[in-house]
Amino acid sequence: MSARSSDGDILVVDDLRIDVVGDRGKGPCLVDNVSFALKRGEVLGLIGESGAGKSTIGLAALGYTRLGCSITGGQIVFKGKDIRRMSAEERRMLRGSGVAYIAQSAAASFNPAHTIMEQVCEVPVRHGIMSSEKARAEAVQLFRELDLPNPETFGSRYPHQVSGGQLQRAMAAMAMAARPDILVFDEPTTALDVTTQVEVLASFRKLIREHGTAALYITHDLAVVAQIADRIMVLRRGKMIELGNAGQILLSPREEYTRRLVAERVSGHSFLPEQQGEPPLLTVDRVSASYAQLVKVIDNVSLTLSRGDTLAVVGESGSGKSTLARVIIGLLPRESGDIKFRSESLTPRLADRNKDKLRRIQMIYQMPDVALNPRQTLYDVIGRPVRFYFNRTDAQVRARVHELLRQIDLPESFASRHPGELSGGQKQRVSIARALAAEPDLIICDEVTSALDQLVGEEILRLLKRLQDELRVAYLFITHDLGTVRRIANKVAVMRKGQLVAGGDTATVFAPPYHPYTELLLSSVPEMRRDWLDEVLAKRKAAPAGAALRPA
Amino acid sequence: MLRLIAQKLALGVMTLFAASVLIFAGTEVLPGDLASAILQNNATPETLAETRKELGLDRPAVVRYVEWLGNVAHGDFGHSLANKRDVVEELAPRVRNTLFLALYAAIIAVPLAVGLGLAAAIRQGSIFDRIVNVVTLMTISVPEYFLAYLLVKFTAIDNGWFPPLANVTDESSLVERLYLTFLPMLTLVLVIVAHMMRMTRASVLAIMASPYIEMAILKGVRKWRIVVKHAFPNALAPIISVIALNLAYLIVGVVVVEAVFVYPGLGQLMVDAVSKHDVPVVQACGLIFAAAFILLNMSADILAIMSNPRLRHPR
Repeated sequence: MSARSSDGDILVVDDLRIDVVGDRGKGPCLVDNVSFALKRGEVLGLIGESGAGKSTIGLAALGYTRLGCSITGGQIVFKGKDIRRMSAEERRMLRGSGVAYIAQSAAASFNPAHTIMEQVCEVPVRHGIMSSEKARAEAVQLFRELDLPNPETFGSRYPHQVSGGQLQRAMAAMAMAARPDILVFDEPTTALDVTTQVEVLASFRKLIREHGTAALYITHDLAVVAQIADRIMVLRRGKMIELGNAGQILLSPREEYTRRLVAERVSGHSFLPEQQGEPPLLTVDRVSASYAQLVKVIDNVSLTLSRGDTLAVVGESGSGKSTLARVIIGLLPRESGDIKFRSESLTPRLADRNKDKLRRIQMIYQMPDVALNPRQTLYDVIGRPVRFYFNRTDAQVRARVHELLRQIDLPESFASRHPGELSGGQKQRVSIARALAAEPDLIICDEVTSALDQLVGEEILRLLKRLQDELRVAYLFITHDLGTVRRIANKVAVMRKGQLVAGGDTATVFAPPYHPYTELLLSSVPEMRRDWLDEVLAKRKAAPAGAALRPA
Repeated sequence: MLRLIAQKLALGVMTLFAASVLIFAGTEVLPGDLASAILQNNATPETLAETRKELGLDRPAVVRYVEWLGNVAHGDFGHSLANKRDVVEELAPRVRNTLFLALYAAIIAVPLAVGLGLAAAIRQGSIFDRIVNVVTLMTISVPEYFLAYLLVKFTAIDNGWFPPLANVTDESSLVERLYLTFLPMLTLVLVIVAHMMRMTRASVLAIMASPYIEMAILKGVRKWRIVVKHAFPNALAPIISVIALNLAYLIVGVVVVEAVFVYPGLGQLMVDAVSKHDVPVVQACGLIFAAAFILLNMSADILAIMSNPRLRHPR
């Protein structure tokens, strides 16, 4: 066993190596030479971008690897026993009762066919730890501790019958049900809205503190881990970059990579200058729209933007931000109000617009994987709008595709590649090039950085900004990430339940006096200060600003 | 959910109605009509015209269709031309026999197929899984009459375990019937098990890739319990629809097996009636087959809807 282990350690990972093992021998290495010790009651944050091996390490703590992966070296010692040497049955008993797992998406991780109570009680009952009645009573107690509504009856509901934030907490109850020694949190708040994230994070922290449970907390968000972890390990491409106390990592990181991660979260609090004297490019005037003439999803929304503007539309999921984009594009016809583009009214339906109008408004989607046809080369993908809108010869199309590739910082030789051969960030660049190929006046960007890693997303934002400076294109930038808004948008529209609650210049909207909902959103964005969560919770208790606006 | 079920019911009734139109139209375009079938060699243009008038065949097809449908709705399928008996009386024992054999095969085949499918899914890639797959694939690939004759040769003729002919009568007791129809039942079971078993295995394995299955593994749930309790309930919809298709086959598609075992079922009756131009019997058989097919598929749709917890327990 490792020399660093001591009596207080509940989990000791020593020189862990995990490889992709395919039919044709070893593939890439996912985790290499990772060692750490976890004390009883201690929370260790694992942080890094996708591909850093965080989840792989978290799962290895349960003696589990995803299909095609294999633990090929090192030790994982839980309570003095190496998990790798356990029998399959011993490992099965360890899972759930020794080490328990909390996944990113509760909606996907709960079985839709059973009630929450059945699933929460499964581990303690099936592992023979508690009787069914005892497990139910304990579950109700956990629901109460996690601030779930109506704890007595909450368990009788099916997963689809409760909200995302509630389900995420129910998953914590499920993990805690058999009183494990270690909880593995795998990005447990990433899929939640910011305002929900605060509450769920607070519930998690309360739970592990009260039960004295040790935890591995996996996240890509340093500000989140700052609130909950005692120590932090920074990972990159399967290797440990830095391991230290949370305060040290956040305030005085030793490694360059950690410094960049920290800087990304801290940077950019200056507002962009206002555009002066430009005629409006797009005017949305008291527009309403609904699904199937029944559910009103956009309610009396007005906004304007000019050439060179970036208007950020922010709000939580279900606030109607993406629907607003669909209404402007014409995919969802508006029911009332008017949309003017270059002083001309746009027809409500996309199909009624002429080629020139279609060309001038382009769109970039959240998921480049889905938005790009995997069977087309980049030449086809980018060349298609050139051909469609401008009627060019093959040679001209080729020249234009190469020019566009240069603009998005990809080599010309990429033209013959397929999307599958590109990284996530490169695919999103191609989406941008495809939008630019139409030479639009306005590009609607729908959560274009949400699916990307922080640093990659940052590069995409910089690229968009540079292209705007060169081409004077306007952006309608839909996002739930308020951190990016300040940096890229000179105008902002805050949406809630289909209505515009605040709008105007970013400097005005994001400065006091705030609209209560804007304040709630802003105050929910995690900050790197370790006492941030306590402050927010204290503030909300004292002055329930916008209490009615908060989710249950 | 009730609205969805009501929709399915309405759709079923409409499909049945459309099927009745097709059946009537089909018998209408067959060469030779009822009158020529009755008169056979005595047919002269004059007697034909007279008989047609007697039977009301000179009236427009639409009128006759409405009349036929009205009678059918009252349970009157007309009279057989071959022996002048009431079609309902003629059909009743045949329908009973067909349903008996179908039910017999279904009661054995459905649990067997689902059980084997689940077992194969639990032991995916094992010897057991491969054997089950290969054997069921073989039984489905061999034509059913060939399978039937093989069974007759080995179990009836060589060893005499079971009777080679399933000549049940109205007087046969239940035990006798079960014994006499064992071989046709076995043939049908072997034909339909493969399809249902493979669908069960495939749907369960598709669900096994879901995040909630990984979660169950990480909760330390046993493999069999993961398959049976976590995957199977979510894999029901496609399994149910394949079961319904196979049950429909047991009623509608077994004429070859009936012929091999000389079993007095509905399929044989219909084939006889077609060769004899016995139009009322053909129409009645057609309608019964259509109704069975539609009813089973409709039930499958409704069960699939009910197996969805999102529809069963709305928000």
